[in-house]
Amino acid sequence: MAEVRIEQLEKRIGPKTILPPLTLTVHDGEFFVLVGPSGCGKSTLLSLLAGLDQPTAGRILFDGNDVTDLEPRERDVALVFQSYALYPHMTVRENMAFPLSVVPRAKRLERPRIEEEVQRVAGFLGLSALLDRRPRELSGGQRQRVALGRALIRKPRLFLLDEPLSNLDAQLRASMRAELLRLHKELKVTTIYVTHDQTEAMTLGDRLAALNQGRVQQIGRPHDIYAAPANLFVAGFMGYPPMNLLSARLKNDSIQAGPWHLTKPPEAPTVSQEQTVTVGLRPEDVVVGPANGLDDEGVVCGIVRLTEPSGPTLWVTVELNDLNSEAFTIIGTAQAGFVPKIEDRVEVSALQATLHLFDPMTGLRLGAS
Amino acid sequence: MMMWFRTHGLTACVLLLVGLFCLGPVLWQAVTSLKPDQDLVRLPPLIPERVTGVHYDRVLLQSSLPRSLANSVVVAASATVTAIVVGSFCAFALARLPIAGKSVILGVALVTSMFPPIAVISPLYLLMRELGLRDTLVAVGLTHAVYSLPLAVWLLTSFFQQLPKELYQAARIDGCTPLQALLTIILPLARPGLAVAALLVFIYSWNEFMFALTLTASDTTRTAPVAVALFPGLYEIPWGDLAAASLVVTLPVAGLALAFQRHIIAGLTAGSVKG
Repeated sequence: MAEVRIEQLEKRIGPKTILPPLTLTVHDGEFFVLVGPSGCGKSTLLSLLAGLDQPTAGRILFDGNDVTDLEPRERDVALVFQSYALYPHMTVRENMAFPLSVVPRAKRLERPRIEEEVQRVAGFLGLSALLDRRPRELSGGQRQRVALGRALIRKPRLFLLDEPLSNLDAQLRASMRAELLRLHKELKVTTIYVTHDQTEAMTLGDRLAALNQGRVQQIGRPHDIYAAPANLFVAGFMGYPPMNLLSARLKNDSIQAGPWHLTKPPEAPTVSQEQTVTVGLRPEDVVVGPANGLDDEGVVCGIVRLTEPSGPTLWVTVELNDLNSEAFTIIGTAQAGFVPKIEDRVEVSALQATLHLFDPMTGLRLGAS
Repeated sequence: MMMWFRTHGLTACVLLLVGLFCLGPVLWQAVTSLKPDQDLVRLPPLIPERVTGVHYDRVLLQSSLPRSLANSVVVAASATVTAIVVGSFCAFALARLPIAGKSVILGVALVTSMFPPIAVISPLYLLMRELGLRDTLVAVGLTHAVYSLPLAVWLLTSFFQQLPKELYQAARIDGCTPLQALLTIILPLARPGLAVAALLVFIYSWNEFMFALTLTASDTTRTAPVAVALFPGLYEIPWGDLAAASLVVTLPVAGLALAFQRHIIAGLTAGSVKG
């Protein structure tokens, strides 16, 4: 168990910057998620933490000790790979015992003790019946467990997971998520989990860092990030369906966003008049209902382009025309009991409660965060 | 039958031609080795009417060929072991360790293997003489190992690179030194590749003629190809004995190739990644 501090860590290959300088602290015992689209540098960061790759500059500290120049074996870090990387020529038992059996002889446990440990971890992960199988005889979920077991058996200081669930089917993924949380609760090992899936990030992390092009966009608890995204990237990336982002103009106390006149929220910042802003509306704050045929002031109508049932909510993608008659689409929630069909004409209204305002030039959130 | 011929006839004909082209000389040798001396230069009969084992008797029991075969086995085996051991370390470094100029190293290795043997044979001879290794099996084995090393390095590097990088990384994180990772993970998984490389080095060494001829001088050190080449006497060429000896020398490598073929096909890495 360890606190991980990353200071100005940087990775360049030749003239190409893979990871611009990055500073980050992961607390002891925390489940920390790094989330971002592919190519954002999160896997590079993980390799640097594991010691598989050397940084160009910067330091990595575990509990205050500089480990930047240490070999992977000296760092006491475990890593679960996306591809599991099980040793195909070894049985499950040998795979799990491997980290214990390659320890220098002086510090190595005796054979019966290693077997005991294997049994303990296998019992923990429900693998006891599979110990004599080889990886190719296992299902995806079972391989995943073996990979976890191999990582857990030596009680590492730091547990790194590189998209460990992305090769599993959706159902299994959900149950493995729960399992990972259970493991973390029981073992309390500092965990850094890398994923491109924002749902995983939201459900798993104590805290998460959203990365884009190697830069940290926002760090915080999942709920805080969802409620107040720090910039346009985080706003568009976190949450599904993604936030609707509309170009808008401030006028007196109202905001002209697309076809809507919205009241300027009280915490809204001191934005100069006539300034252009970007308004973010979560799909759950946009309500889609049947068009009643009346062309009332403030009623906005559009054409349904896509419906996406998701349990109790039905996401509806609606094509609207803005004031300049340019078509754009917005995603909203269907009113309870309303099931629109594609090509239907519907009425779309925006709930006032939660507006997110961003500066379109810098992409940064405006006002109290 | 008609249908079969219509669809596969051309393929069958081509295969038959290629087969005859490749195996015809071997077949001719086999026939020659069984003919009595008087029938050797007579045609017809194509298929011998009388079959004799006298050539094999002479080659195997009354000549130095058995000794040469034993020499060949020693030379080829030691050359193979040396080339594969050294080549594995080298290829591992090139495939997985962070060293600069990998492609330059591979390029230089390729260039050295392009030198025609005749170009290095005089200095090599002088070198071996100075080392006191002239007319020893060590000299031949060592030369073969060195000469086949570029091939082994190239083959093994590509085989090691084909193994998922994550397996090596996982081994490193699980606590292996690079050497431990090579011995416990990479080599066992690269067994088909090792087999292919070993087979090629062995066959090269078994068949190699010029170095073996130059570096040896006596019956006790000659390898099989050299011994066969020295069969002809001053006034006559014993065609039957030559044919028998050639077959005896060819058989071991042909057998090896067949045996290793199965090993090569076995896909050991199945199930390691995804799947």
